[in-house]
Amino acid sequence: MSEAKVLIPDSAFVPAASAAAQAEPELPRALSFLEDSWRKLRKNKAAVVTLALLIIITTLAFLAPVLAPFDPNEQHLAHKNLPPKWPGVSLNGLNGTSEFRGRRIDAYALAKVPEDQYYLLGTDEFGRDLLSRCLWGTRISLTIAFIAAVLDLTIGIAYGLFSAMKGGRVDNAMQRALEILSGIPSLVLVVLMLLVFQPGIASIILAMVISSWIPMARVVRAEALKTKQMEYVQAARALGASEVKIALGHILPNISGIVIVRAMFSIPSAIFFETFLSFLGVGMRIPNASIGTLLNGGYKVFRLYPYQMFIPAAILCVIMLSFNLFADGLRDVFDPKMKE
Amino acid sequence: MSAEKNLIEVKDLTHDYTGGRGRPAVQRVSFAIREGETFGLVGESGCGKTTTGRMLVRLLEITSGSVRFDGQDITGLRGRELLDFRRQAQIIFQDPYASLDPRKKVRDIIAEGIDIHHLAQNRGDRETQVAQLLSSVGLRPEHLTRYPHEFSGGQRQRIGIARALATQPRFVVCDEPISALDVSIQAQVVNLLKEEQRRRGLTYLFIAHDLSMVKYISDRIAVMYRGRIVETGPSDLVYGNPLHPYTRSLISAIPLPDPESERSRRRIPYDQPEAAEDAELQEVEPGHFVLL
Repeated sequence: MSEAKVLIPDSAFVPAASAAAQAEPELPRALSFLEDSWRKLRKNKAAVVTLALLIIITTLAFLAPVLAPFDPNEQHLAHKNLPPKWPGVSLNGLNGTSEFRGRRIDAYALAKVPEDQYYLLGTDEFGRDLLSRCLWGTRISLTIAFIAAVLDLTIGIAYGLFSAMKGGRVDNAMQRALEILSGIPSLVLVVLMLLVFQPGIASIILAMVISSWIPMARVVRAEALKTKQMEYVQAARALGASEVKIALGHILPNISGIVIVRAMFSIPSAIFFETFLSFLGVGMRIPNASIGTLLNGGYKVFRLYPYQMFIPAAILCVIMLSFNLFADGLRDVFDPKMKE
Repeated sequence: MSAEKNLIEVKDLTHDYTGGRGRPAVQRVSFAIREGETFGLVGESGCGKTTTGRMLVRLLEITSGSVRFDGQDITGLRGRELLDFRRQAQIIFQDPYASLDPRKKVRDIIAEGIDIHHLAQNRGDRETQVAQLLSSVGLRPEHLTRYPHEFSGGQRQRIGIARALATQPRFVVCDEPISALDVSIQAQVVNLLKEEQRRRGLTYLFIAHDLSMVKYISDRIAVMYRGRIVETGPSDLVYGNPLHPYTRSLISAIPLPDPESERSRRRIPYDQPEAAEDAELQEVEPGHFVLL
C-alpha cells in the first residue's frame, strides 16, 4: 500500500482563494423605480408609438405661435372655404381645386389668391387658415386637459389620502360627501355654471374639475387604505414617523403607479369633455379655436366642405386613441394585476 | 442579573377588535419582562400573540389594562413622550417581504429611525451609523443603494433588524421574526438576535409558534391560548414540567430528530373548552404560574 502513495511536493500546493475573493460577483447596478418602469414600457410597442405621437402632437401644439403660418383669428372673407392646397401636389383634394356642378374648378384662382400663398389645410367660412386654427385649437384643448388633470390629481390625492389616513368617522363622513357630490349630474352642473360664468378656459376647467376629481379621490383612498395595513407602514409608525410623513413618504410613493395611470386616463376624457362642451356652444368663446369649436364650425358645412370637419375630427381621434393606448401601456407597467 | 428589574410590566392587558360586541382577542393578560432577558410568547395562530406584541409598542390601541415601561405607564402617552417611548421600544416583523418599503433604498430604510429621532449630528454621522448597523447585521456596504426586492428573505429580515436597532432601543418585540424564513436561515437570524442582545443589553419579547426555537432563545416563556396566558415561567420549568394541558399538548407536538422517539411520539390532543372567566394564574412552584 505504501507503494501507492504518491508524493506531491509542497510547492504544488497553493492557498485557496481567500473568502473575500470567493465572495459573490458584483451585482449589476440596481434599477430605480423609474428605470424599471421605462424598461417595461419599452416592450409595449403600442405604448411607445403612442408616446412618440403624443410628444409630436404636444410639441406641435405648443409651438403653435411659432409654427402657425397665419393668425388663427384673422378673417380673410375673400379667401373663405378654400380647399387644402399643397405646393407641388396635383392630387385632387390637395391641389386647391373643388368640385362644382360636376367640374373641377380652381378655387384659389377664383378667389384671386396670390400664386405663392398656400392654405395647407384650407380655410373656413371666414377665410381663416385651418392649419393655424388646428394648431392653436389643439394647444388650447391640451392645455385645458393638462390643467384639469393636474387639478384632479391634486384635489383627488389630497382628499383621498386625508380620508384614508384619518379613517373612522371622518373617513365615513368624507365618503358620504363624495357620494352626494357624485350624485349631481355633472353635465347639467357644467351647463348651468357656464351660463353664470363667462365662457372661457378658466370656467371650462373649473366646471370639469368640480366633478372629475371624485373617481381619483376614491381610487387614492382605496389604495391608501390597503397600503396603510402593510407592515412597512406599521414599522414607520413604530419608529415614530408622523402621519403626514407616513402618508407622503410611504403611502403616496407606493400608490403612485395607480395614480399615474388614472391621471393618464383622465386626460383624454377631459379633452373629450372640453370638445363636447365647445361643440355644444357652451365652451370656448368665439372666435378662439379649440378642437370642439372647429368641429362645430366644420359639421355645419360638412356636405360642401368635408375637410373642415374631418381634419379636426382626425386630430381628436389620434389624441384620444394615443392617450388611451399609452395609459393602457402604463397600466400594464405599474399595475399588472389590473390587466383583464 | 442581580437587579431583577422589570423593564416591562403588563397588567390585565385587553384588546378588543370588535368594540365590545364580540370576545376580546387578548383578555386580561399579565406578565413582566426583566431587563436584559428574552421573554418567549408561544401559542397557536390567532391566540393573540401578535396583538399583545403590537400593543406593547403602541401600534394597537390598548382597550383596557396597563403597560409599564421602565416604571412609566405607556397606555396614554402622546406627543413628545410617545416619540421618546417609540425610540426605546422597537419591533421586528414577521414577513420580511411586507415589512420593507419597496420604494426606498436600504440606506433610507435603515436611516428612517435615525432621521425621525435626530440621532445623527450630520450627514456623515448618519452614513457612519447606517454603515455600522449594516455590517453588524452581516450585510455589505454596497447593499446600501439597493432596493428591498433585490434581497432574499433572510437578508431582508436582517435589514428589518438593522432598522429596529437604528434608534438604539432598549426593548424589541420580535414578532415571529423567523417563521417566514427557510430553516437554514432561521438559526442565523436567531444567532444574530442573540448576539445583538448580548452586545447592546437588549430586552426581547420573542413571539413564535415554533416551540423548539423559543426554548432555545428564551429565558422565560408564556403560553397563550385563546387570548389568555395559560402558563408562564422559566423555560426549563415550562418545558420540563408542563402543567397546563394545553402546554402539554403543544410540547407533545414538537418533533425530535430521532426516529426511535418519533415512532413512539403521540400527540396529546387538547379539546377542552377555554378557561373559565374567573380563572386566575396560580403560582405552583417559584416563578411558575398556571391558569387554574
